[in-house]
Amino acid sequence: MSGAKKTPFYEKHVALNGKIIDYNGWFLPVQFPQGLVEEVHDTRKRATIFDVSHMGEIIVEGKDAEAYLQKILTNDVSRLKDNAIMYSPVCYPDGGVVDDILIYRINGNKYFLVVNAANTDKDYEWFKENQAGEVDLKNLSPQYAQIALQGPESEAILQQLTEVDLSQIKFYRFQADVAVAGVNCLVSRTGYTGENGFEVYCENEGAVALWDAVWEEGQKKELRPAGLGARDVLRLEASLPLYGHELSKDITPLQAGLQRFVALDKSAAFIGQEALKKQEQEGLPKKLYGLEMLERGVPRDNYPVKSGEREIGWISSGSYSPTLDKFIAMAFLEPGIAEQDQEVTVEIRKRFYRAKTTKLPFYRREK
Amino acid sequence: MKYNVIDGLKYTKQHEYARQEGNVAVVGLTDYAQDKLGEIVFVELPDVGAAVEAGKSAAVIESVKAVADLYAPVDGTVTEVNETLLDQPEVINQDPYGEGWVFKVEIKDESQLGELMDKPAYEDFIIKEEEEE
Repeated sequence: MSGAKKTPFYEKHVALNGKIIDYNGWFLPVQFPQGLVEEVHDTRKRATIFDVSHMGEIIVEGKDAEAYLQKILTNDVSRLKDNAIMYSPVCYPDGGVVDDILIYRINGNKYFLVVNAANTDKDYEWFKENQAGEVDLKNLSPQYAQIALQGPESEAILQQLTEVDLSQIKFYRFQADVAVAGVNCLVSRTGYTGENGFEVYCENEGAVALWDAVWEEGQKKELRPAGLGARDVLRLEASLPLYGHELSKDITPLQAGLQRFVALDKSAAFIGQEALKKQEQEGLPKKLYGLEMLERGVPRDNYPVKSGEREIGWISSGSYSPTLDKFIAMAFLEPGIAEQDQEVTVEIRKRFYRAKTTKLPFYRREK
Repeated sequence: MKYNVIDGLKYTKQHEYARQEGNVAVVGLTDYAQDKLGEIVFVELPDVGAAVEAGKSAAVIESVKAVADLYAPVDGTVTEVNETLLDQPEVINQDPYGEGWVFKVEIKDESQLGELMDKPAYEDFIIKEEEEE
């Protein structure tokens, strides 16, 4: 097989009969025997455990760390407090996206960045290329494992394994040096599913012990494993963007509806600022919409979307949604289209299927 | 064998089965194929009266993650399609050889069926395919 890397949890996936694929150079389970649909339900109703060790981790450290991050991020990192997390696109000068990442502020001189697996090397190069001031960059990706524990029972499971009061770690907050089953971890209340849950990082050495402890404790709450397939559907239901679909070097964060994460007027200049300001003034050529099929048909990436005879855009992500029992998609369409209840058609193998626009997100958990 | 393979049916390398009933073949996806595809959510059927050709796509089966062609096992004319699948495609997962049949085709040349695999040959074929994965 290919030269893909194994995460510390590889043997766990094999033992659980996961269907392993090569995902961006990592052997990871795409699904488990219960199937993708059940994995989605399990995540929404109880809890699931995901191996997300493929994600990249980069440390930015030095007295100019904040100024440097202000330059490469579109979001305003000066608003970030210690132990808080921020989501931000990273842009090219033309406003296209290098990656979308999480920034964990350990302190004003030290930040922990979590980047997409497929982009880790590219990001690291980009960060190096734009390095400025007194800043040190370290790519820690190969040394770190990561578990995502997602779903309403996540907190009850994880709390049994640590002395730290998890209720004090709010959404998009984290704590470093948390002993989970005796393993030193960084615990953050984040995720990519739209559910309450945690992402737990540790060094490779402790990873298996961490997994085993979470797994064993989790069985009291019927914890199940979930794979990349479910992860993709869960994030689509929650309308979270995926690089390569809703974001790319050819799509700006403004088009993807990420205005909240683009601080056009922050005090520091950032890469892509001028292009994004210009786009905001001139208007977007296409922007992201939600679609719901009115007839049975599976909307998939790159299928054309039409209004009458006219092509008005394309699907960026689409799937059957087990939670809603509907066929849903995100699509880039001409910005004149109404955000809700406008009928369009999706072209699937030369046939046209009716759909309507619908507000994003498709799914929002009840709090 | 983890997968259900039925005696008396003929099997293709693309994991369709054909059950001969007089001069008609009932065509569907094998248990192995439905398992590999996962939860089936959409089926596109051929038109009744359409001419299908052995080895050419005659229907489309979609699971949550994948789009798969269903190839006709023999040449012929479609005489009936399983319209239940339009609203309940998951029947293919539940009962691939029974209620989950996809279409029926009037057989033009019976010798084409003879070229397909029988149960032992198909079992060997999927064991090899599993090993290659």
